[in-house]
Amino acid sequence: MNAASGQFGLLLAAVLFCLGMVGVLVRRNVIFILLSIEIMLNAAGLAFVTAGALWRQPDGQVMFIFILAMAAAEVSLGLAIVVRLFYRFKTVDVDAAARMRG
Amino acid sequence: MLEGLWLIPILPLAGFLVLAVAGSSLSQRAVAMIGAGSVGVSAALASVLALSFIVSPPLGRAYSQTLWTWLEVAGLKPEIAFYLDPLALIMVAVVTVVGFLIHLYALEYMRGDEGYSRFFAYMNLFIASMLILVLADNLLLLYLGWEGVGLCSYLLIGFWYRDPANGYAARKAFIVTRVGDVALIIGIFFLYTHLGNIQIQELLRLAVQEWPAGSSMATVAALLLLGGAVGKSAQLPLQTWLPDAMAGPTPVSALIHAATMVTAGVYLIARMNPLFSLAPAAQLAVAGIGAATLLLAGCSALVQRDLKRVLAYSTISQIGYMFLALGTGAWTAAIFHFLAHAFFKALLFLCAGAVMLSLHHERDIFKMGGLRKQLPLVFWAFLIGAASLSAVPYVTGGFYSKEAILLEVWQSPLGGPWLWTAAMVGTFLTSLYAFRMVFLVFFGPVKEKASAKPSPYIAWPLIILAVLALGCGFLATPGIEGGPSLFKRFLAAALPTQNAGFHGEVLPLIIASLFSLGGILTAYLFFLRIPRVGDSLARNPAGSILNRLWFAGWGFDSLYNFVFVRPVLWFALANSKDFTDLFFRGIERASAWSHVALSGTQSGKVRWYAAVLAFGTVVMVALAVFL
Repeated sequence: MNAASGQFGLLLAAVLFCLGMVGVLVRRNVIFILLSIEIMLNAAGLAFVTAGALWRQPDGQVMFIFILAMAAAEVSLGLAIVVRLFYRFKTVDVDAAARMRG
Repeated sequence: MLEGLWLIPILPLAGFLVLAVAGSSLSQRAVAMIGAGSVGVSAALASVLALSFIVSPPLGRAYSQTLWTWLEVAGLKPEIAFYLDPLALIMVAVVTVVGFLIHLYALEYMRGDEGYSRFFAYMNLFIASMLILVLADNLLLLYLGWEGVGLCSYLLIGFWYRDPANGYAARKAFIVTRVGDVALIIGIFFLYTHLGNIQIQELLRLAVQEWPAGSSMATVAALLLLGGAVGKSAQLPLQTWLPDAMAGPTPVSALIHAATMVTAGVYLIARMNPLFSLAPAAQLAVAGIGAATLLLAGCSALVQRDLKRVLAYSTISQIGYMFLALGTGAWTAAIFHFLAHAFFKALLFLCAGAVMLSLHHERDIFKMGGLRKQLPLVFWAFLIGAASLSAVPYVTGGFYSKEAILLEVWQSPLGGPWLWTAAMVGTFLTSLYAFRMVFLVFFGPVKEKASAKPSPYIAWPLIILAVLALGCGFLATPGIEGGPSLFKRFLAAALPTQNAGFHGEVLPLIIASLFSLGGILTAYLFFLRIPRVGDSLARNPAGSILNRLWFAGWGFDSLYNFVFVRPVLWFALANSKDFTDLFFRGIERASAWSHVALSGTQSGKVRWYAAVLAFGTVVMVALAVFL
């Protein structure tokens, strides 16, 4: 892998990461927030894989496996929370859950 | 026999402990037995000890007993050790015997008081502390006793603590004497740093060895010790506490503020006499303070209305005589006057107490009168006390002791005509105010009827003290072969004598007698025969100003109020928010403020948290990259 395609891969990862972050910050629907987090995780994974390919190291791909496992765990927990949230507030708007007492 | 020395201070201390721990659950009878009994046994022991000391004096006419080592730190090794020499023996005898008589008297005087056991606990602690003070072998132990008697003085002045005025008087006494105590402890530190020892005899030997006469070291040390003595003995300029100390019960005034504690300063200077001999400047200061005090206090005593305050000023004045004697090197004369003073002043105070008891605690001498017929015993006892105080020639103990001082002041190279004149004027003043009391209280028309006759507990101490006040003069008689008096020879091992004594100087003797009798005659004329003359003197402008000035003790109280008390109070008030706390209050203020600010960020909004997290990360990364 040459340096130019490496640069391109990293740039793509950065763009994806920013898109994900903007999604987290601006969307109020909790499902979309989870999706955006997923995008950010994958952006990070892409950055690892690209960097691993650039330096010819397997570590990047190893890290990506870790991220995948973690993302799966996170999603299962996140979806469970979403379900509880929906039962409680009858909505998937996160700002409805801003009240911290009670 | 002398091995029993340690028992003398221990017995009152044990009495104190028992009364302090179990006093409230004991009956009044048991408290009386323990309180007066412990001191009584102590007095009996002291008498036996004194007898054996006189009959078979120990080697070097001094006996020391080490009980245990108090502490041992880096070469400082004070021991709990007692040192008995003729000087200490006289002090011990006076403290225990007069103390016991006053305890007996107090049994009756304090009867029915709710603090009966507390009173005797404090009194026993006082006797124990005073004995430790006079028997101490080193300066640290002496200081322990010194502070102990100060504490008891405070506790007993404020004994009737429900009246805020008594508490005020107690605090005043404690704080004013504390000024002197600080000087004393600095003096002890000074002596230890420069001579490396605090064992008194060793220290004095070293001082004489290392410091030449008149050296500035010796002068500084002597002046510091003098500061302590001045505070405890109520001499100029720290005399203001003693008149107010009369707020305490009368037995306390008799024991602590007349006979024993206030003479601790005299004892200290006499004990350290080689040091003072090395410092003529300090000795001159002692004599000057004594002469000034005896005159100022004598004038104040002349115009007081409160019977006990007259006696208080008289005590200050008589201790002034002792200081004058010490300052002119008349060590034995000072101790002799201490002895006589302890007897007659305790007698006068106890008589005053008996008078007040029978007049429902009336203290104003102008509301008393004609008690001669109603309380004959108290009258005769008071008359003997007053005569001894005024140094009536030939029959009283006070005459011989004061005569010795006057004679030595006259002869001594450190004395001189000025000091002698002051002492003479003091003699006149003394007999004037002493017999003013006698004539106002016991003669003239009856103003208030006395309620009760004194009980045996009150009568016997008066009789014994009266006999002692008259009889102690025999100690001044020269031995069979002439030469120095009995008292002087007895004390010779402890105190140096500068001259052989009486050389037939009859003229100063006669002059002093005339001054003393003149004072009595003047008192008779002014206060009994033609009181109009005295009244008109007090009423003309100069007289009334002087009258008010003397009544207020020369205005020392107002002066100290203005110079010390008011600025301190002002500062305390101004600083009531305590500026040293500003920094800590700032920390508190800042953390409270940041709490409010930070709790605002806890909005509960997930997207807000995420944004802050992202922002923080960016900042951290930026810092890591650009710095």
